[in-house]
Amino acid sequence: MKLNKILKNAFLIIFAGLALSACAVSKKTGQMQGDVYTGTDTVEYLASGVPDRVFFATNETVLTTASRETLRKQAAWLRKNSKITIVLEGHADERGTREYNLALGERRANAAKDYLMTYGISSDRISVLSYGKERPVDSGSNPLAWSKNRRSVTVKAN
Amino acid sequence: MLRKLFIIILVIFPVKAFALIEVDITRGNLNPLPIAVSPLSIDESSRKSFEKVLKKKNIGSEISSVVEKNLKTSGLFNPLNKDAFLQAPEIANLKPRFEDWNLIKAQALITGKVNFIDDKLRVEFRLWDVLAGKEMMALAFTTVPNNWRRVGHIITDKVYERLTGEKGYFDTRIIYVAEEGPKTRRVKKLAIMDQDGANNKFLTLGNELVLTPRFNPTSQMVTYLSYFRNLPRVYLLDIETGMQEVVGDFPGMTFAPRFSPDGKKIIMSFAKEGNSEIFTMDLENRIVEKITNHPSIDTSPSYSPDGKYICFNSDRSGYQQIYIMKSDGTNVKRISFGKGLYGTPVWSPRGDLIAFTKLHKGKFYIGVMRTDGSGERLLTENFYQEAPSWSPNGRVLIFYRETKTDDKGKGFSAKLWSIDLTGYNERLVNTPTDASDPSWSSLLSN
Repeated sequence: MKLNKILKNAFLIIFAGLALSACAVSKKTGQMQGDVYTGTDTVEYLASGVPDRVFFATNETVLTTASRETLRKQAAWLRKNSKITIVLEGHADERGTREYNLALGERRANAAKDYLMTYGISSDRISVLSYGKERPVDSGSNPLAWSKNRRSVTVKAN
Repeated sequence: MLRKLFIIILVIFPVKAFALIEVDITRGNLNPLPIAVSPLSIDESSRKSFEKVLKKKNIGSEISSVVEKNLKTSGLFNPLNKDAFLQAPEIANLKPRFEDWNLIKAQALITGKVNFIDDKLRVEFRLWDVLAGKEMMALAFTTVPNNWRRVGHIITDKVYERLTGEKGYFDTRIIYVAEEGPKTRRVKKLAIMDQDGANNKFLTLGNELVLTPRFNPTSQMVTYLSYFRNLPRVYLLDIETGMQEVVGDFPGMTFAPRFSPDGKKIIMSFAKEGNSEIFTMDLENRIVEKITNHPSIDTSPSYSPDGKYICFNSDRSGYQQIYIMKSDGTNVKRISFGKGLYGTPVWSPRGDLIAFTKLHKGKFYIGVMRTDGSGERLLTENFYQEAPSWSPNGRVLIFYRETKTDDKGKGFSAKLWSIDLTGYNERLVNTPTDASDPSWSSLLSN
């Protein structure tokens, strides 16, 4: 289990490097790439230049290139502010059953947590809270609204 | 407590089993049985006494209305308009003039009488086969006046059972989540009501988010998810006393709770480090057991009525599918193989079917399949609906449905709906507020 996790994290980092070069080529369509939200409408900032949230594809918990970049900024900010603790709030869109979405939200928040930990943030400073589909940020019933709602938001806890 | 209030149910006349009217509930009933529900007759002094206690002008008619509405809602019966009744209630109850009832095309007739005796409500009623000109059933019972609606439900259950050969589901309650406020900040409360929507009561104040309440087999206890202090945990609530407690001591989110069929255990999911597994906790000795062991999401567990198997939802194949296993977690077997995603499996109280939610090509379906996954049948399609719960006789499913909002995010609503296993008789279940996550109780009187 433990080893598994270390391996997984190592993969993420390697993958991040690869994906960075790939992303310059792919096209953005409006505020979404594939069905992952890439806009900034709902994003708030933990500090200047440090976005508070990352977005996911439907039914997915994989971090995108942009998500990893955001999380690296969060990690840097957390390293600088070593007293700060955070809650990672995981969310799903409304197009899934309630109970499965609770689990999915938890898994998304943990994907973000794992990534922050590989950048040296202690798990003691991170707690995870899944809201499933209970707290959408956009109340629309359309693909763009759903993409904004599939998210993990980093919230200052102290 | 509720069930203790009932004092006596007794047969006042021996009933012989004639081959009389039968209603087939296994098919969508496009020709509901015409039935006349004659108002329960009442003498003037009883009427006045009840009026004083219950503030109802004529309790006999009120009880009959409950029966009538139940019968109509079942979709199997067509209660006839009272204006056409030729015989007065008190005379009909003694000896119906079958020609008169035949004339208005009634095939069955319910008559009865209600009395105020020693501060109690005493009811007797009879079911008649109009064409055969015979009495099919006669019962009497006594209870406290406040229980008058339950009297109507019990009469319906008895009539339903006599005419269909299966237990009814009318003297039951629904626990659900009452919802209010904007979609982005919904306020949710636990609420309970009679199966027909009467006697609605809120059980929590709405200070914290609550989800997925489910009854225990005696319908006195409820297990649900609460975000009390922002710690999502499974709770146990005693409906009569209002006592609540956290179930188990888990270092993370517990969710998707249900009782075992004997009521002794709670089965639920526990999420940790991105992995949700199914656990049980024994409510007596507090022993916790891990049932699944897989690095995928395992949730929405539901026991078979004999307690030997569990159906659940897992994405171990890559996507949400339905699985069954032995109750100790061995012999895990996937049973859903159709196109799309499957969730929220619930085992029928009759044991032969599993109801589920299915997502396919952007539509949500409520459906049923056999416990080996064969015979999949989709009952209803909509923009969004999920979480079916069985009526105690396994003939009706209640679930919730959400509407699509417009481009501005307006027009959202969540409502309870019910549908027969046949796929017919889809109905909105009225609730004072928006509603979701319904769970049907067992029969309160048996």
